[in-house]
Amino acid sequence: MISSQTQSTQSGTTLDSGKARQARITGAILLALACLVLFVFGMDASGDATFRLSRPTDPWAVPNLVVPAGPFNYIAGAILAFLGVRQFLQGGVRWTSLSLGLGLAILVMAFLVWATAGKAFSLTGMLQATMVRAVPIALGGLAGVLCERVAVVNIAIEGMLLAGAFTGALIGSLLGGWGGLAAAVVVGGAFGFILAALVVTYRMDQIIAGVVINLFVLGLTSYVSSQVFSEYRHLNNAPVFRAFKIPLLGDIPVIGPMLFKQNLFVYGALILVAISTYYLFFTRNGLRARAVGEHPEAADTLGINVYRTRYIHVTLGGMVAGFGGAWFTLGSVGRFDENMTGGRGFIGLAAMIFGRWHPVGALAAALVFGFADSLQQKLALLRTPIPSEFLAMSPYIATIIVVAGFIGKAQPPAADGKPYVKE
Amino acid sequence: MDVELRGITKRFGPVVANDGINLQIRAGEVLGLLGENGAGKSTMMNILSGLYAPDTGDILINGKKVVFEDPGDGIAAGIGMVHQHFMLVPVFTVAENVILGVEPTGRFDYLDLKTARKQVRDINDRYGLEVDPDALIETLPVGIQQRVEILKVLFRSADVIILDEPTAVLTPQEVEDFFDIVRSLRDAGKAIVFITHKLHEILEISDRISVLRHGRITGEGDPAKLTTETLAEMMVGRPVSFTVDKSPPHPGRPMLSVSDLCLFDAHDDFALDHVNFEVHSGEVVGIAGVQGNGQTELVETITGLTRPASGMIRFDDENVTRASVRDRHRMGMAHIPEDRLRSGMISNFTVAENMVLNSYYAPAYSKGPEIDWPKVQATAAQYCVDFDVRTPSVFLPAGNLSGGNQQKMVVARELERETKLVVASQPTRGLDVGSIEYIHERLIAARDEGDGVLIVSSELDEIMGLSDRILVMFEGRIVAEFDTTKGPIDRNAVGLAMAGASS
Ligand SMILES: Nc1ncnc2c1ncn2[C@@H]1O[C@H](COP(=O)(O)OP(=O)(O)O)[C@@H](O)[C@H]1O
Ligand SMILES: [Mg+2]
Repeated sequence: MISSQTQSTQSGTTLDSGKARQARITGAILLALACLVLFVFGMDASGDATFRLSRPTDPWAVPNLVVPAGPFNYIAGAILAFLGVRQFLQGGVRWTSLSLGLGLAILVMAFLVWATAGKAFSLTGMLQATMVRAVPIALGGLAGVLCERVAVVNIAIEGMLLAGAFTGALIGSLLGGWGGLAAAVVVGGAFGFILAALVVTYRMDQIIAGVVINLFVLGLTSYVSSQVFSEYRHLNNAPVFRAFKIPLLGDIPVIGPMLFKQNLFVYGALILVAISTYYLFFTRNGLRARAVGEHPEAADTLGINVYRTRYIHVTLGGMVAGFGGAWFTLGSVGRFDENMTGGRGFIGLAAMIFGRWHPVGALAAALVFGFADSLQQKLALLRTPIPSEFLAMSPYIATIIVVAGFIGKAQPPAADGKPYVKE
Repeated sequence: MDVELRGITKRFGPVVANDGINLQIRAGEVLGLLGENGAGKSTMMNILSGLYAPDTGDILINGKKVVFEDPGDGIAAGIGMVHQHFMLVPVFTVAENVILGVEPTGRFDYLDLKTARKQVRDINDRYGLEVDPDALIETLPVGIQQRVEILKVLFRSADVIILDEPTAVLTPQEVEDFFDIVRSLRDAGKAIVFITHKLHEILEISDRISVLRHGRITGEGDPAKLTTETLAEMMVGRPVSFTVDKSPPHPGRPMLSVSDLCLFDAHDDFALDHVNFEVHSGEVVGIAGVQGNGQTELVETITGLTRPASGMIRFDDENVTRASVRDRHRMGMAHIPEDRLRSGMISNFTVAENMVLNSYYAPAYSKGPEIDWPKVQATAAQYCVDFDVRTPSVFLPAGNLSGGNQQKMVVARELERETKLVVASQPTRGLDVGSIEYIHERLIAARDEGDGVLIVSSELDEIMGLSDRILVMFEGRIVAEFDTTKGPIDRNAVGLAMAGASS
C-alpha cells in the first residue's frame, strides 16, 4: 500500500489525507511562531542575555553563557520560518512531529533570550526548580499509568495526592517525617483500594467513582484544616525532608544540581519511574498486567485473574499518588493548606496521556509542565512586560496544546475504562 | 487423554443454552460438533475449558471427575480452546501472546523472551505452522492469527484442543491448509473438538460427529454413513435445502454507479483504492472477500456514513457523493448494516420504536408536534406480520428478541417502503437457518421487483448462492469479477482472488 502526502488519481484530481492536512496546519503554526519571534522577540531585544550555568562556589565552575539577544532571535526566527515553509513542500509530512517539537523548543529559547536581554538569569536554578515542580506531576502520572495499564481510569489521583499531603502533614507532625511518609503511602493505597472496589467489584462508573473520591477528600481535608488545624497548630507542623547532594554526581555542571542535589521525593520519583518501567515492560507480571488492560477476556481465558490484577495495580497506583501527595507537605512546606494540590493530579493525568501511558514518557511530560511552571515563577523576577497572571496560565495552556493537538494517535490500553464482566 | 461430559446443563437467565448434554472426546480423534448459531456449542466448550461453570453435570477426565474453578484449571488439566472470537492482544507480539500466563522467567521476574522465541520456533517446526514469533498480532492476517491461537494451545501442551468455528474467517485455500494442521495434530495423538455449522467441512474433517440443537444432542454418528441432508435435518429439525431458488435476472438501467472511489484509513493507507463498479436494477451484485479488505468502508461510503476522499457515487442517475444519509434514504436506498446491535437497532427501544427509526419524522407518524404512537404501533405490528418477526408484542425491547428476529425486524424496516437499491452487509451473520432462508428470499424478491441489490458477505457460500455477479475485494481494490449467469463458477478461482492471488 502506498502512503504519501498527495496521490494523483487516474482522473487527475488530488487526494487529501489526514496527515497532509496536519502537515499544513503545522506549517502555518510554525510560520506564525516565526513572525512572533522575528517581530516581537527579535526587534524588541537589545543587549546580551546572560545565562549563569554554575555558582561561583561550585567545584567545577562553568563560564556564563552570553548570547547577543537580537541576532540570536533573528536566527531563531529564520529557522522557524524555514521549518514552516518546508511543511508545505513535497514530503513535508515526514517531518511534522519533529519540526513541531524543534519549533517549540526554539520558541522557548527565543522567549528566554528576549526576556533575559540585558540581564542575567540562572539556568541551573531554573532546571533545579523544574525537577522539583515536576515531581508531584510525574508521580501523579505514574499512578495513572499503573491504573490505566490495567484499564481502570483513575480520575481520583487529585484526591489521592491531596489525601497524601494531608496525612503527611498530620502524621508527620505527630510521628516525624518518616512516619508521615509511611502514613501518606498507606492512605493513598487505601483510596486506591476503595476505587478498585467501587469500579471492579461494584462496576460503578469509573469517572463518577473518581469524582466522588476527589470531592470526599477535598471536603474532609478542608474541614479538618479549617476547623482543627487552625486551633491546634502543632498538628500541622511537620518536619521537611531536606535536599542532600549525592557525592560527585551532584557536582556535574548544569544537570548535577537538577538530578543529584534534591530531596527524597525527587530521588524517589526517579527510582519509581525506573522500577515501573522495568516492571511493566520486562517482567512476567508486567506482561500480565498489560494484557489485562488490553484484552481482559484473553487474559481470563489464560488463567490470569483479571479482578485481582486490577485491585493490585490500582492500589499500587494509589500508594504512588500518596507518596507524591506527601511531597506537598513533607517535601516542601511542612504544612497543609486547603486544596494545596491545586489540580496537579489532573495535570498528572495529562502527563500520562502525553507520555503515552509509559512511565518514562509521563516523567518527560511532567518535566515539560514543571518547566512551564518554574519558568513562570522565575520570569516574575525578570520583570517581563507580560503580566504574571498570564505566565501562571502557561502550564495549563501547555497542557491543552500538548494533549489536544500534538499527541496525535496515542493509543490508550484498548480496554481502558471498561469494566470486565465475566459470563 | 479421554474426556467425558455428563449431563451438563447451563442457563443464562431464561435461556437454556445447554440441556443435559453427554459427550465423549477421545485421543487421536477429531470430534465434529455441528449445530446452528445459538445451539449452545460455544457455551458447552466454554464449560469444558473452565471459563463458565455448569449449573449441573460433571466433567470426567480419564474416568475421574474434575471441577474447574477458572480457565487456569482447564489449562492445567490439558484442555486448550481456540475461541470463536480470537483471544489475542493486538499490540503484543506473537511470542508474548503465546507465553502469556505460562511465561519463562529469569531472576527478578524477568521475562525471558529469548527462550520464549526459541520454544515458539520449536513448536512451529514440529507442526509446520510457520509463524514469525516477533510479529505484532495487529499486523497479521486473520489466518495467521488463528495459527497463533493454535500455538498458544500447543505451548501449554494441551491434549484436548477445542476449535470453535475456526474456518469462519478463512478463505477456501486457507481452510485446506488448516485441515492439514488439524490432521497432523490428531495424528500426534491429540483429541480434537471441531465446531462448525458448515456441513461439508464437518464431513471432511471429522472422525465422529455429534449434532447439537437447542442445547441438546440430537444426533450422533460416523461421517462415512452420514450425508449432508441427514445432518441438516438433525441440525435444523426439518429437511432443508441450502440452495437459493431464483429465476434468471433481468438487469435494467444502472442504479448505483461508483467511480474512482478512494478512502484512507487511520494509517493513511488506502482503505478503498480506486473502486469502480455498477449495480443495475434487477440484479444482485455480491462482494466477496476476507473481512477487513475494505468492504465495511465501501458500504459506509455508499450509504453516506463516511465521506470518500475522492471519487463519485451516482444513485438513480443523481450524484449523491455529498448527499446526507437521510437524503439517500429518501431517494430509496435501503441499508442493512453489518452489525445490527451496533448500527442496525437500539436494543433498549421497543420493536415499534425500532421499526420507525428511519421514518419517525414523516408526516404519516406525526400528530402536530408529537409522534402518533398508535399509528406507529399499528404499522409496526403489520411489519412484524409481513416479515415474520416473532415477538410476543411490539412493546418489547428489541434486545429481548433472538438474533434472527432482530435481523428480520431490521430488514422489515428497511424494505417495507419504496426502495430502489438495497445495500445488505453480512445480512445473515450469526442467524439460524430458518431466518437465513427467509432473508435470502426477501433479498431476491427485492431484486425481482426491480431493485438493485448489493450484498457484502464473508460467507462465500452465501455470495455464490445469491449473486448474479460477484466482485472480489482485496486490500481495498476490486480484483476480480465473476458472472454467475453464464454457467457455474469455480469456487477455487474466487477463493484465490480473495487471497489476493493476481489473475
Ligand atoms: N454470556 C452469555 N450471556 C447470556 N446468554 C448467552 C451467553 N452466551 C451464550 N448465550 C446464549 O446461549 C445460547 C447459546 O449460545 P452459544 O453457545 O454461543 O451458541 P453457538 O456457539 O452454538 O452459536 C444463545 O441463545 C445465546 O444467546
Ligand atoms: Mg459459537
